[in-house]
Amino acid sequence: MAVFIAFPILGLLVILQSAIVAQVPLLHGSADLILLALIAWGVQPRVTTSWHWTVIAAFLLSIVTALPLATVLLAYLLVTGLTRVLRGRIWQWPLLVMLTVTFLGTLIIQLLTIVTLRITGTTIPLGASFNLITLPSALLNLLLAIPMYALIGDLASWIYPEEIEI
Amino acid sequence: MNSIRSFQTVILTLLVVGILLLALGGYLTPLSRLALSPFIGVQTWLATRYQAIQDFITAPRDMGRLIQQNAELQAEISRLQTQIIELQQQNSELAVLSALLDFARTHPENQYLTASVIGRDPNPFLRYVIINRGSDDGLRRGMPVVSQKGLVGRIAAVTANGASVQLITDPGTSVNVLLQPSGVEAALSGSITGEVSLDMIPQDALIKSGDLILTSGLGGDYPPNILIGQVTSVRQKPFELFQSASVQPVVDFSQLKIALVITNFRPVDITPLIATPVAP
Repeated sequence: MAVFIAFPILGLLVILQSAIVAQVPLLHGSADLILLALIAWGVQPRVTTSWHWTVIAAFLLSIVTALPLATVLLAYLLVTGLTRVLRGRIWQWPLLVMLTVTFLGTLIIQLLTIVTLRITGTTIPLGASFNLITLPSALLNLLLAIPMYALIGDLASWIYPEEIEI
Repeated sequence: MNSIRSFQTVILTLLVVGILLLALGGYLTPLSRLALSPFIGVQTWLATRYQAIQDFITAPRDMGRLIQQNAELQAEISRLQTQIIELQQQNSELAVLSALLDFARTHPENQYLTASVIGRDPNPFLRYVIINRGSDDGLRRGMPVVSQKGLVGRIAAVTANGASVQLITDPGTSVNVLLQPSGVEAALSGSITGEVSLDMIPQDALIKSGDLILTSGLGGDYPPNILIGQVTSVRQKPFELFQSASVQPVVDFSQLKIALVITNFRPVDITPLIATPVAP
């Protein structure tokens, strides 16, 4: 159930990302709803399918992006790994983990994008990229992190109901 | 007995005729006013109370009817406003399609397929759009994409029902161009900010702001003579090998909604023809 529901939810987020969010930039950066959904799912205490969601998200996103699947997959796997590591360390404050990983995850994804583009022969100026794309994207992601955490939290509570001892 | 009765009849007739004559002469008006005044007062009092009671009984029903009418009119306004928006949108699309048709008529050597832009690449470093036509419609990788104003880009990837178009503003794009009227050849490239610039302009070339930029057709990636934009400023440094220039594209990529794919153009892969140094 938790794995299968990833397809409609992440699919909807990919459509929203491509059709709407990508057209609402701050400077030249934009929010990443899929990244936020993966982090929010990964920080939920009872969730055990975050790796599955990561792979599904990477495949779905690769349909609409020109970035190679390997880059997307690697970036999201690193973010999910970071989420799980921090979730174990700071388990009492999942929202703090959410915000921390959102910022670091944005940096990871954009750094991997720059590396990939450089490998494929596209010159990317680092300073301009950081100021015009990375920082605005991180800001937008941080702004959307809390509502996404709340939404995905409700979803996780519905899929993984709390066990009550009688 | 009979005479008494006749006398009473005559008296009564005279009395009636007299009253009638007095009434016709207007001599009875004060008397009638005096007699009718209390009657009218009572009737007025009664009519006012009856009207108040009638209003009290019928007003809620009228209010309900008015509320219903108001809701119906509001719904009608909403429907008409929606219709206006739809018509404006259709009008706008019609204008774009008309312009595209004009463009296609001015380039009869090409075959075109119209496609709608349905999305953009989520990665902010990349400038790609997604269109609603794919390999089922005959699209192939490398086909040029234009709008009614000029060059948009080329198809980078194709699925059955959709395709990804790499815009000329993408940092990975490089287009061989020709400047008019100087006839100088140069290379056009995009950037992460979506700005377009010209490179590889020979130092001795005379170019100025306002020069037109067209595709040259060199390299086989694009057909020749498709308008791209205008030179806005030239940067010339004596210690550099080439000049560079900023470009204002004719296409507004943020407003791109409909595009034409040139379906009869096959890009030429010249990579095997490029000479590579051979070890002695």
